[in-house]
Amino acid sequence: MSEELIKAITEMREEDALKITQEMLDAGTSPLDVLDACRKGLDAVGKCFEEGDYFLPELMLAGEMMNQITEIIKPKLADMPDRERHGKVLIGTVEGDIHDIGKNIVSFMLDVNGFEVLDLGVDVPPKKFVDAIQDFQPQVVALSGFLTLSFDAMKNTVAAIESAGLREKVKIMIGGGQINEEVKEYADADGYGRDAMAGISFAKKWVGVK
Amino acid sequence: MTAQLTKEEKFEAIWQGKLSPKGPDGNPLPFQSPEAEKAYKDRILRFKDAIEMKKLPDRVPVTVFPSMFPWKNAGMTVEEAMYDYGKCAEAFQNFVLELEPDVHWGAYAPGSGKMYEILDYKLYAWPGHGVAPEHSYQANEGEYMLANEYDALIQDPSGYFTHVYLPRVFGALGGFPMLPFLPGILEIYGLPLSFIPFGLPPVQATYKALFEAGAEALQWIGAIGGADGALATFGFPNILGGFTKAPFDVIGDTLRGTKGIMLDIHRRPDKLLEAMEALVPLMIGMGVASAQQTGNPLIFIPLHKGADSFISDEQFKKFFWPTLREVMLGLIEEGIVPLPALEGYWNTRLEVIQDIPKGKTVWMVDQSDMVEVKKTLGKNACLLGNVPSSMLNLGTPQDVKTYVKNLIDTAGKDGGLIICNGAFFDEAKLENVKAIVDATKEYGAYK
Repeated sequence: MSEELIKAITEMREEDALKITQEMLDAGTSPLDVLDACRKGLDAVGKCFEEGDYFLPELMLAGEMMNQITEIIKPKLADMPDRERHGKVLIGTVEGDIHDIGKNIVSFMLDVNGFEVLDLGVDVPPKKFVDAIQDFQPQVVALSGFLTLSFDAMKNTVAAIESAGLREKVKIMIGGGQINEEVKEYADADGYGRDAMAGISFAKKWVGVK
Repeated sequence: MTAQLTKEEKFEAIWQGKLSPKGPDGNPLPFQSPEAEKAYKDRILRFKDAIEMKKLPDRVPVTVFPSMFPWKNAGMTVEEAMYDYGKCAEAFQNFVLELEPDVHWGAYAPGSGKMYEILDYKLYAWPGHGVAPEHSYQANEGEYMLANEYDALIQDPSGYFTHVYLPRVFGALGGFPMLPFLPGILEIYGLPLSFIPFGLPPVQATYKALFEAGAEALQWIGAIGGADGALATFGFPNILGGFTKAPFDVIGDTLRGTKGIMLDIHRRPDKLLEAMEALVPLMIGMGVASAQQTGNPLIFIPLHKGADSFISDEQFKKFFWPTLREVMLGLIEEGIVPLPALEGYWNTRLEVIQDIPKGKTVWMVDQSDMVEVKKTLGKNACLLGNVPSSMLNLGTPQDVKTYVKNLIDTAGKDGGLIICNGAFFDEAKLENVKAIVDATKEYGAYK
């Protein structure tokens, strides 16, 4: 039945996915196995997104299915099991900007690609990034911004990371609205990604995942 | 815009009206000089020729369509621009007079912060209300329409806006849900019952707020509209007639929100399609009403959630394009020129969106590949763009000049091109923005 659950999630059949989950649990399947199937479904959705077959409607519905299935399973588990992770990514929309669609897509895709992601949300001041680098110890920092004000906000954030003596510890990637290579140079970041897939490649390259 | 005119006649009538501007007293607008009058008319005709694609204008037209840049450039905060209408108008006027573009788009972007306060506007954060004084307003995305409200929207869109949506986004309109059902006011029998709500304190408080908001809006337009009039006397027309939206973006931006609409594509596709159809006449009406009010021919349509990375090409063809096209055709029917803005990347949509009548629309291009856009959409439509925001902010005037010259050489040879920035910007270097205009005048002449 695991295969059926994976298939239902991959094919965007939400009602079926929930029904199969319940049937699996009723038949005595371990909640961990259900969760594992669910994650495999999500990975498959992520692949379809990377290949340009799936877009936001599918990512968001997959996320919703995962949330609902997790809600069903949670009471049956003492602790949610940890997955093996490639590395840690700290992400946020820079100070002054409250746009979050692009950032959320990148977060989601990093997660399904096996990264532990800490999302600081929107309008994040440089100091908050610096503090979070110290606490969370990420290898990668991802800065998002939609408006032209984000050019300076990104530059200021990178500068704050530099003056806290943390610049050598992290690789920094930027993306969003009007961001491009020119802004990457200006902000002194390590990479600019036009879409979520570019962000995943940077993260994989920087932490040494093939 | 009388009923017996054809759409071509309506189109001509609007542009002819624009060519014979009136002052506030109803008499012909007094120009500063005969040269200003000639420049004004030349500039309008330059745009008209570029849009119609029937004959080449004397040169490639040029304009700059900024967001908050004119005010930041004047050393003001966005907050000041939103609250001091006189300063807002003056800064904009100086900006246009210094740049000398062919047309401008008015000082409308900042709007009235005071009015938003009176109405307790919740849909946006603005300086002092969620963003810093120096930053632009930004939308607070949310689910302002619930998933189970599609039928209410479909059956009576205006009623839904009045009773449900508007009170959610304006705190001061809390009396609207109590309003009577107006089509129920038919005859004398029972008539007083329909008017009871207007006596209730919450409804009266709502109307009081509306009166105050209206008074504030009049203050604002006095200053902002005044800048349009003054600039016209110097020879710089504003041809923006207002805005409307693609039905998909109405639902995705402000009603259901991004997540809501993306889920609805899978969970309730038929309701979504039906709701968008119900919104078509409203979006046409919105554009027509403001074009008539202003007497200006272009209706801006910012396009958001149909961009390349949001939905698939198949979803675009099914959900985004049909009702946007209907809205544009409805505007064209009234002689109005739709100005859709392809914000972000639209490279995979070009084959689909070129299906529009030739010479009736202008498309603002952001980061899509201009050469490809010219080959497809550009066969039928005038393109406006696309100097990048990053270049205006971080580049040099020489970078801008090179970019503009290349645009003219690759996308402007046969007309149908207007040089402009590609996306709205708040931050830039003035010399780079000026280079857009100067380079077009230098390289853009058609011989």
